[in-house]
Amino acid sequence: MKINRVLRETFTSLSANKLRTGLTILGIVIGVAAVIAMMSVGQGAQNSITSQINSIGTNVLSVSAGSRARFAPGGANNVRNIRELTLADAQAMIDPFQAPSVLAVAPILEGGNISAAANGQTTTTTVNGVTTSYFSIRNQQVTEGTFFNDQQVSAHARVAVIGVDLATTLFGQTTNLTGQTLRINGQTFTIIGVLKSQGGSSFGSADNQVIIPLTTARDRVVKRPGTSVDGIYVQATSAAAVPEASTQISNIMRLRHHVAVGKEDFSVLSQQSLLTTATSITGILTTVLGGIAAISLLVGGIGIMNIMLVSVVERTREIGLRKALGARNQDIMTQFLAESSFLSLLGGFIGILLGWLISLLIGQIASAAGTALSPAVSLNAILLATGFSIAVGLFFGIYPARRAARLEPVEALRYE
Amino acid sequence: MEDTVIRADGLTKFYRMGEVEVQALRGLSLQIKRGEAVAIMGPSGSGKTTLMNILGCLDRPTGGEYILDGEKVSGLTDNQLAGIRNRKIGFIFQSFNLLQRTSALANVELPMSYSDQSNSARERAVAALRAVGLESRMKHRPTELSGGEQQRVAIARALVNEPAILMADEPTGNLDSKVGQEIMNLLLTLNSERNTTLLIITHDPRISAQTQRTIQLRDGMIEENLQ
Repeated sequence: MKINRVLRETFTSLSANKLRTGLTILGIVIGVAAVIAMMSVGQGAQNSITSQINSIGTNVLSVSAGSRARFAPGGANNVRNIRELTLADAQAMIDPFQAPSVLAVAPILEGGNISAAANGQTTTTTVNGVTTSYFSIRNQQVTEGTFFNDQQVSAHARVAVIGVDLATTLFGQTTNLTGQTLRINGQTFTIIGVLKSQGGSSFGSADNQVIIPLTTARDRVVKRPGTSVDGIYVQATSAAAVPEASTQISNIMRLRHHVAVGKEDFSVLSQQSLLTTATSITGILTTVLGGIAAISLLVGGIGIMNIMLVSVVERTREIGLRKALGARNQDIMTQFLAESSFLSLLGGFIGILLGWLISLLIGQIASAAGTALSPAVSLNAILLATGFSIAVGLFFGIYPARRAARLEPVEALRYE
Repeated sequence: MEDTVIRADGLTKFYRMGEVEVQALRGLSLQIKRGEAVAIMGPSGSGKTTLMNILGCLDRPTGGEYILDGEKVSGLTDNQLAGIRNRKIGFIFQSFNLLQRTSALANVELPMSYSDQSNSARERAVAALRAVGLESRMKHRPTELSGGEQQRVAIARALVNEPAILMADEPTGNLDSKVGQEIMNLLLTLNSERNTTLLIITHDPRISAQTQRTIQLRDGMIEENLQ
């Protein structure tokens, strides 16, 4: 039987019962659209998390006390008697002999949820006490004013560089702010610079923060005993040197804290290791979402099978007639498989378009809600959904088609 | 060309219906010459339909030998039987068996979907419809045609692959006697003009009276061969 005849027969028999055909296709449409939408949302989440992690810098490592990952949300301390990181630890890392791969270090004190007031407005923000090397390591830039310098750090100066979101909240503007007064925890600071926007972050906005000298922070805002710090950022000489830098830092820290390998009371994380973790988490998320959506595709496939089985019964006489006219078993099989494949392919095609629309809509809703999530419809998702829907059509079509093909012509012709 | 189109020798057919074995055919032999018009008659249960199914290659005999148009049919595979049905046999049913969702023309084209010669399908289908006098209504669907017209479409469909035999199972059973007679005249005309062998199953003596020969079946055997 020629292919164009098969297609014509498929078309006439499916258009003979448009409502039924439409509903069967709808099952596949919903399944494929759900898979596409879910996978693109997962992909979008992955993209936005990846870009945030990348913004940390490819050659930056983070050292923190305990086994808690500094960049990662949460994490359990599984080592007892954790020694705090200190300024001396940070100093020890810039050792050209023991740590040749380390270019610079930046100890940091972090204070979350601290009240900031200015211009009659009050809000809460994150306060980071840092040294001057922080700005270059974290690749920070100002749109106005300057960063503070080493003298201001030594002098415990009460100066602050603020993020744009905070500036907007307090002043309603992001320019002409240098020289303005800012009260942090009731302490008076002078604004000397405004940070360039870094975009939203799922770990708290980098644009809602105040950066002040480490010394001042210890005195007045983020009170910590002695010389302890909350974390140390380390800049490796290059992105390629990150693994060596990590090893060198770990060796230094193990010596200083008198701990054996595997018993570390500190952790060293690089952007790459974070990226690996985050990618695997979002990958799992995407798979789970896609898998749940795939269930509806499966249900759609069962719908096809159901309709094809009904159709085989309804058309028993027709099958008998076709056989009497010379149709071989494989001709009947081809005809029914063509019908089920056509249903699933058309459903798949419409589903891809619908899924695309849904993911665009989700992106719109997310951006309206202030989340930077742009769902990405990947070629992979489209190929997967198309392949899966063809497979569904064939798989769920084969059984009814075989039943049709195996009908005895005599019995089929006699069927009422 | 072989002069004898159908040569059946000692055909038997047994069915098992539950515990009971039914002997539908008990060693039936017959020969039909090319161009003959033959009626098969008999009361229900006499094996008419079983014989028709076997002669039409829709079913296989339990025993015996069947040679159709010079080809030994017993022992062929399903696909080979399908090919024989397609090329050598044209079926005409009591209830027409047309596909309701397509035009008369598409119905007539249907057998050519299953043969190699689908290039000239359209012209051949039109020619077959012209032969049954329905050329003007070929775009109509079966539901838009009268019973007699529907049966003409079915005859055109049976003719289109130029078979050796036309097998008609009660072709006038669903038609009133006037239209039935028109159909009968058409079949007899085709039989005489094209030298196509005609085999009609019927229990209407007025139909069988118009054929050259009547085979009377009783209990799976031929009762008499009226010349």
